Amino acid sequence: MSVTYETHTHDVLVIGAGGAGLRAAIEVSAQGLSVGLVCKSLLGKAHTVMAEGGAAAALGNVDPQDGWQTHFKDTMKGGKFMNNWRMAELHAKQAPDRINELQQWGAVFDRTKDGKISQRAFGGHTYKRLAHVGDRTGLEMIRTLQDKGVHSGIDVYMECTVSQLLKDGDGRVNGAFGYWRESGRFVVFNAKAVILATGGTGKAWKITSNSWEYTGDGQTLAYDAGADLLDMEFIQFHPTGMVWPPGVRGILVTEGVRGEGGILRNKDGKRFMFDYLPPETKHTFAETEEECERWVKATLANEQTDARRPPELSTRDNVAKAIYYEVQAGRGSPHGGVFLDISYQDADRIKRKLPSMYHQFKELADVDITKQPMEVGPTMHYTMGGIRVNPETQMTAVPGLFAAGECAAGLHGANRLGGNSLSDLVVFGRLAGLGAVEFAKSVEGTPKADEAQVKAAAQELLAPFERTGEGPYEVHRDLQEVMQHKVGIMRTEEDLQKALVELDAIEQRVAKVSVEGSIQFNPGWHLAQDLKNMIVVSKAVAKCALERRESRGGHTRVDFPNYDEKLANVNALIRKGEDGSMQYRTEATPEMPPELKKLFEEEKK
Amino acid sequence: MAQSATHQTSTSNGQAKTATFRVFRGDAQGGQVQDYQVPVESGMVVLDAMHYIQGFQSPDLAVRWNCKAAKCGSCSAEVNGKPSLMCKTRLDHLDLSQPIMVQPLKTFPLIRDLVTDVSWNYEVNKTIQPFTPPDENAKDWRYFQNDVDRPQEFRKCIECFLCQDVCHVLRNHNQKDQFYGPRWMIRLASLEMHPMDRADRIPFIKEKAGIGLCNITKCCTEVCPEEIRITDNAIIPLKERVVDRYYDPMMWFLRKLGFIR
Repeated sequence: MSVTYETHTHDVLVIGAGGAGLRAAIEVSAQGLSVGLVCKSLLGKAHTVMAEGGAAAALGNVDPQDGWQTHFKDTMKGGKFMNNWRMAELHAKQAPDRINELQQWGAVFDRTKDGKISQRAFGGHTYKRLAHVGDRTGLEMIRTLQDKGVHSGIDVYMECTVSQLLKDGDGRVNGAFGYWRESGRFVVFNAKAVILATGGTGKAWKITSNSWEYTGDGQTLAYDAGADLLDMEFIQFHPTGMVWPPGVRGILVTEGVRGEGGILRNKDGKRFMFDYLPPETKHTFAETEEECERWVKATLANEQTDARRPPELSTRDNVAKAIYYEVQAGRGSPHGGVFLDISYQDADRIKRKLPSMYHQFKELADVDITKQPMEVGPTMHYTMGGIRVNPETQMTAVPGLFAAGECAAGLHGANRLGGNSLSDLVVFGRLAGLGAVEFAKSVEGTPKADEAQVKAAAQELLAPFERTGEGPYEVHRDLQEVMQHKVGIMRTEEDLQKALVELDAIEQRVAKVSVEGSIQFNPGWHLAQDLKNMIVVSKAVAKCALERRESRGGHTRVDFPNYDEKLANVNALIRKGEDGSMQYRTEATPEMPPELKKLFEEEKK
Repeated sequence: MAQSATHQTSTSNGQAKTATFRVFRGDAQGGQVQDYQVPVESGMVVLDAMHYIQGFQSPDLAVRWNCKAAKCGSCSAEVNGKPSLMCKTRLDHLDLSQPIMVQPLKTFPLIRDLVTDVSWNYEVNKTIQPFTPPDENAKDWRYFQNDVDRPQEFRKCIECFLCQDVCHVLRNHNQKDQFYGPRWMIRLASLEMHPMDRADRIPFIKEKAGIGLCNITKCCTEVCPEEIRITDNAIIPLKERVVDRYYDPMMWFLRKLGFIR
């Protein structure tokens, strides 16, 4: 078979055009190198548009006592110290500059009374820290980056899927192979460095807040190229997804609702979160409903208060588990969730601060959130684990391959604080851009794709048309069932063992999937490609979840409900073995330097 | 717009209720509508039905979608002739006793089935002068919420291009070379009304963007899923700025004398 394809050559290729990919591409361009930006969807539709609550940055505009040190500590504590401390430090220090930069590029954040960028409260953050625009912060960010990007000389390849990375004889990444979704035609990108910014993996689960694009592409591309995947067991189940109607089950209800004073109650009307606060953080939350009320009052008036935060603002892993337990105990709402109520507040303010939520419930569930409570329950939301990167340069174990945003790992540890992903995107998107530029400058000559690799990639892509057998949608449904029920919010040894066996069987089916129709804009064919990535990521998550015999952050083992001190400093790593099998190993977490350790000791005094 | 509420999800004999979806199938070379029977569940939207067809009947049915929560603006189509987001169009707001017609946007060239080529919009955006802040150190910008309520309204735009689809200048007269359409009028308005922006886009809005071609039928405002008051809050104020600049005799006279720029 002779393969025909078009070729594009850039210094740096960025795969993924959400917040991290766009920010990376803007940086590469600003440094004077040529950059191509590939996206599976149309530009500006990436999952970043779905981010609602805000971007965490210690600007200190509302709570002046905030600073990077507190943000750093909150992030490490939220992540149960599984985070890479250096990434958490860089993030906390650089986030304010990145937010100000977005403002300079035209982002219109909500304002405080004295005209600064407004900041709101969020789970796990000591102070009001989230720069926001109503509840559509992600849209504001991606639109700002998109508009900046289109004037930055970036070549954008829309609706284009990369199916494989290409490497040179020295094992360096030197490009990528893919196809145009519209026509099915092949395309080869030559590049001196490649940045992965492809987001998460949620579509492997049945109930998820994620869009169809979240199929673990970057993680799998990196894994196949020889990079490490880190701590894949840490999956975030967001506490509040919609539970009804069935068609929208899993769609996100922003944590902003709780940040603005939303109250969680069970079917008996009990405010149950008071009972689920972990002993180590309990003292930082309000003890009575009266104290919560004072906090809300001050928050609405944008004033300082000595009242502590309501218990609804505990970290996401806590709140998700609390809701799960309430429902299990038979105290759930009619559609299997709990109630989230903001209707006691002024209706006009709710509509101004949470406009998308107001419309989402009104139109999709016939619920007026200014008059009635919402019904909510946990939904698969975020992958804390992902591609292991160097914290300074964002380079993976494969020379020339970089990663940023949700597909990369390290910043969030075992549990991500809300608002930290939007700042993650711009902080590490920029650093990945700088890292890739530095690497690309060191590469001599023009990268050229290896014909044999291209031919093999093309054959693999077309194989589903040659086969007859079951279609990709059936296999996808079965994969989602396994992940939802056996690798979900509550995990056991038995379930995980079974899941791994079942995932092996599904992997065999993925390899035999057939598609019908032509190569022109064919969603069945696209899904067949995505399935190959979802199965790799699913196996990695199940394997790591089986090995971590304790409960920590987003990973909960019913059979090992407590922390295991022996695992407190252990990162999990997945790599593709020589024989193609999935290899698991552990490594000690990097040790924090004394000056950072001191921050936590000072607190104890 | 057929909107009789039919809330029941099963018939009296207990069988699951189904609805007929008459979906356009084809490409630029041609095509026809095809009927699909889809079981109806409570709370379902049109996009759910398209996913059902993909999952169980026609895996190659081409549909664009991303978020399924009316936030990304990908799943635009014409449902019973009305430009709509499929993820937001509930079946219990449609008359299910009749087939539900689902067709691609008419204003843009067809790629396949429900997917159209909207790339023209992205080309237009490139020609708009971006946000242009003052030179001073940007760290401590102060402006107030009521300074930005209006531009924030326009920045809610999810680029579903339904307004572009329904705009008769683009739809019926195909004057894409002379008129940018409502989506880009609110983009221009959001820049022109930003308190920190220093660029002057009024000549551009008059000439290249062709604001004069809009004759304020408000169709765009009607279909906007974000309820942006495109006509009243963006297009009319921009028209007024153009009129002030070019057609107000007093302003023209003062400019001529050099009193204003």
